[in-house]
Amino acid sequence: MNIVYKFRDETNEEIEKIKSNFLLEVNHLSLTIERVGKGSDVEHLHVIRDFHLNIHQGEVVAIVGASGSGKSLLADAILGIHPKNSLIEGNIKYENQPLTEKRKKRLRGNDILLIPQMTNALDPLMKAGKQVESFIKQKNKQKIVKDIFQKVGLDPAVYHQIPSTLSGGMIRRIFIAMALASKAKLIIADEPTNGLDAEALDELLFQLKMLANDNRGIVMITHDLEAAMKIADKIAVFYAGETVEIADRKNVRKAGKFRHPYSRALWNALPQNGFVPIECSQPSPAEEIIGCSFASYCPEATKRCGTEKPELREVGNGEMVRCFYA
Amino acid sequence: MLAFHIGKFILKRTLKFVTLLFAVVVLTFMLVSLSPVDPIQSYLGAEMMVVSEEQKEEIAEYYGVNQPKLQQFFKWLKMFLQGDLGTSLVYRQDVLSIIQEKFVASFALMALSWSMAGILGYALGVIAGMNKGTFADRAIKLYCFVLASTPTFWIAILLLIVFSLWLGLFPIGLGTPIGVVSEQVTWLDRLKHILLPAATLSVIGVSNITLHTRQKVIDVLDSEFIRFARAKGEEGFTLFKRHVFRNTLFPAISVHFASFGELFGGAILAEQVFSYPGLGLAIVQAGLNSDVPLMMGIVVFSTFFVFIGNLLADVLYTMIDLRMKNGEAI
Amino acid sequence: MKYHSISFGTRMAISRKGLLLKLLGLLSLFLIFVIGGSFIGEEQIEANMSQKNLGPSIRHLFGTDWLGRDMFFRTLSGLHLSFRVGLFSAAISTLIALILSLLSSYNKYFDAMVTILIDLLLSIPHLVTLILIAFVLGGGVKGVVVGIALTHWPSLTRVLRAELMQMKTAEYVQISKKLGKSRIWMVRNHFLPQILPQLLVGFILLFPHAILHESAITFLGFGLSPEQPAIGIILAESMKYLTAGMWWLVLFPGLSLILMVAMFEAMGNNFRKMFNPQ
Repeated sequence: MNIVYKFRDETNEEIEKIKSNFLLEVNHLSLTIERVGKGSDVEHLHVIRDFHLNIHQGEVVAIVGASGSGKSLLADAILGIHPKNSLIEGNIKYENQPLTEKRKKRLRGNDILLIPQMTNALDPLMKAGKQVESFIKQKNKQKIVKDIFQKVGLDPAVYHQIPSTLSGGMIRRIFIAMALASKAKLIIADEPTNGLDAEALDELLFQLKMLANDNRGIVMITHDLEAAMKIADKIAVFYAGETVEIADRKNVRKAGKFRHPYSRALWNALPQNGFVPIECSQPSPAEEIIGCSFASYCPEATKRCGTEKPELREVGNGEMVRCFYA
Repeated sequence: MLAFHIGKFILKRTLKFVTLLFAVVVLTFMLVSLSPVDPIQSYLGAEMMVVSEEQKEEIAEYYGVNQPKLQQFFKWLKMFLQGDLGTSLVYRQDVLSIIQEKFVASFALMALSWSMAGILGYALGVIAGMNKGTFADRAIKLYCFVLASTPTFWIAILLLIVFSLWLGLFPIGLGTPIGVVSEQVTWLDRLKHILLPAATLSVIGVSNITLHTRQKVIDVLDSEFIRFARAKGEEGFTLFKRHVFRNTLFPAISVHFASFGELFGGAILAEQVFSYPGLGLAIVQAGLNSDVPLMMGIVVFSTFFVFIGNLLADVLYTMIDLRMKNGEAI
Repeated sequence: MKYHSISFGTRMAISRKGLLLKLLGLLSLFLIFVIGGSFIGEEQIEANMSQKNLGPSIRHLFGTDWLGRDMFFRTLSGLHLSFRVGLFSAAISTLIALILSLLSSYNKYFDAMVTILIDLLLSIPHLVTLILIAFVLGGGVKGVVVGIALTHWPSLTRVLRAELMQMKTAEYVQISKKLGKSRIWMVRNHFLPQILPQLLVGFILLFPHAILHESAITFLGFGLSPEQPAIGIILAESMKYLTAGMWWLVLFPGLSLILMVAMFEAMGNNFRKMFNPQ
């Protein structure tokens, strides 16, 4: 088995760019899954190739990408709960200290909290309230939990119910309750809006925003650009395992468009922006990509795009784009 | 509400069992009638030579040997329903009372080994499942694999050699040759006698429950709520205690109850090796000495025994299911 | 810069080449048992009073018994016997499973019948049924083979039944049905070829159970007759000589039996992995 270790040293220039007050900072993150493919060959799936993200306290950053593009594994990688047959490379810093596996272990559940995507993330045999209780260190846990339940719009009686009797919307509120109960500074919400109707969605986004106003950083992983545009301060667009653009929401609103061609395609696919169908798919994670990952679908691609990989470059104001021509 | 559902369930199962039992009885009776065994000869045994033809006739009359099979069957069934399973030819005693007496001994043996195997098997299964792919897991898997390929009686003989012969910790249990029941055993002897056969059955019985628990633990660990629990920082023993335990224990117990059939079979073999005076030894005696009434009695009883195990297993499962549906935590 | 990373999965999933190699190894072991056993003549296991009660040595690998018979050769021919009994009874059991599963996929009445049969058989402990059948048939090879054949089919029947039920709803079967193909045609052209791997795996996996039960029933005195050097007989006899300290009479025959049973178990499992890789 040959593992190709890719080391990429950051230049001094790049290091200078990194501001010191980030809550979480991810640079050149890659995640490769190794598995037995057809025949007896070992296959490497590059689910995450070159991912960048940074977030301040009190900020909401949305990671927007197509469904099934491996976004959930991003959360796993940051939390250190990625599958055993996967390899993580890159550089993650939390509060300016490298986030090692050991530190991830210490911080997850305490400083960093996941809001899971699936409503089956609750223990099916444990009372809902008990599952929230584990975040509370003080005495009188039950009362605190019931108070929080009321805050997020849940009947305190839900405390004694087990998950199979709760609706998806109620379980989402329990997740929010957990975030409220915990002291976590960084909350990673994995597709928190899946399967919610318009009203529930707005309420959930509001609750996430409240959490951010509480001086926590919220990373919201989603395929729903529209929802992201409602609350996110920054939007990181995820394509083929890479961050192709980090945009400031206000600037996008002002300019009415994104910089990167893929982000623009996502944007134009929104109903209010013309409903233009996206005519591209994700490249297979098993593929090695030479040049720009989006080149084969890009209307503006040149010869250079097919041969040379564009790096994510700063375009001012903390905004970044991975395109030669943007 | 729960009690009502469970009651209904048990009733339904019992009705099904009664029909099944009837089928077993008919089948057994048919099989036994097909056998070439001459009931008079097996009843008289060595006395065959000294008994006159008239007396043989009388005995044949008494047992209804010359009646049509169907008539014999109904006669037998009638007696069976009245609780009269006939008289054992080997023990010269009422079959029902023999079964009662022997079952007490067998029950002690099976209960002890069943509990030991259950606890040990669950623990091993959890260790293997929680550490999937590690050395411990592979060692446990190998153990189960080898044990599944090992004859129960061979383990029994090995234990006998090591603990009784070499270490002299237990009686050899062969004071009487195979085939003769030792009638005069004291209670202390019985206690000493039970440990090795129980150990045999436990060693063998572990395999199934371990592999099942291991798979269940792996399935649970693969679930979304464990991923979330990990994301919450739980791991190792905390993870097990909070989430894995309650999600794997009841299925494990349920599966363990469903293994009564194998337990009974294992007991037959272990009892044979250690001359342990239980049902297993009795059925072997019955078989070797053409003791038809005792044989049929034990077949029916073992069916009942397996039914109880399966019933308990299913009741447990239904209970968990109903509780989940009714939203009660466990 | 130091990249924190974990190592790739501690163990790689088994590659298919490894699987094939394993199977080949098992097959060769299997050949040793079968062919080796059939070459043993009477002279190798005949009594030799000058050589009795010997412990294991180079000359007598497994030692000798109280009649001076070489235990290695006795064990080998015992295994050979077990193999033949196993082969025969497992084959019949597989056939029963095939017929019953095809029947149960035919219509729901047959299905109910098969289900009742399975329930019936599973309601009595296997060994008890075996004793009963062996008793009724008066012991001997016939009793063992019939007993094992009649008791071991339920698990495979369930597997095949489930497979067939699934297959019945498949599109190509439905199309054949609409085209008016006969049942027999469909069984031969759709069902049989499809369940053949399952059948083969099931057959191999029946082996270990058949052999274990054969030895158990023989050990109890209901199976093969004492003249035949079956492992069950060897072990039952050896119990009389335990107090004389002749442990080798127990250890080696038992270990050999385990080896053979485990081999079939491994072979079945590997075949299964090969046919449906995860």
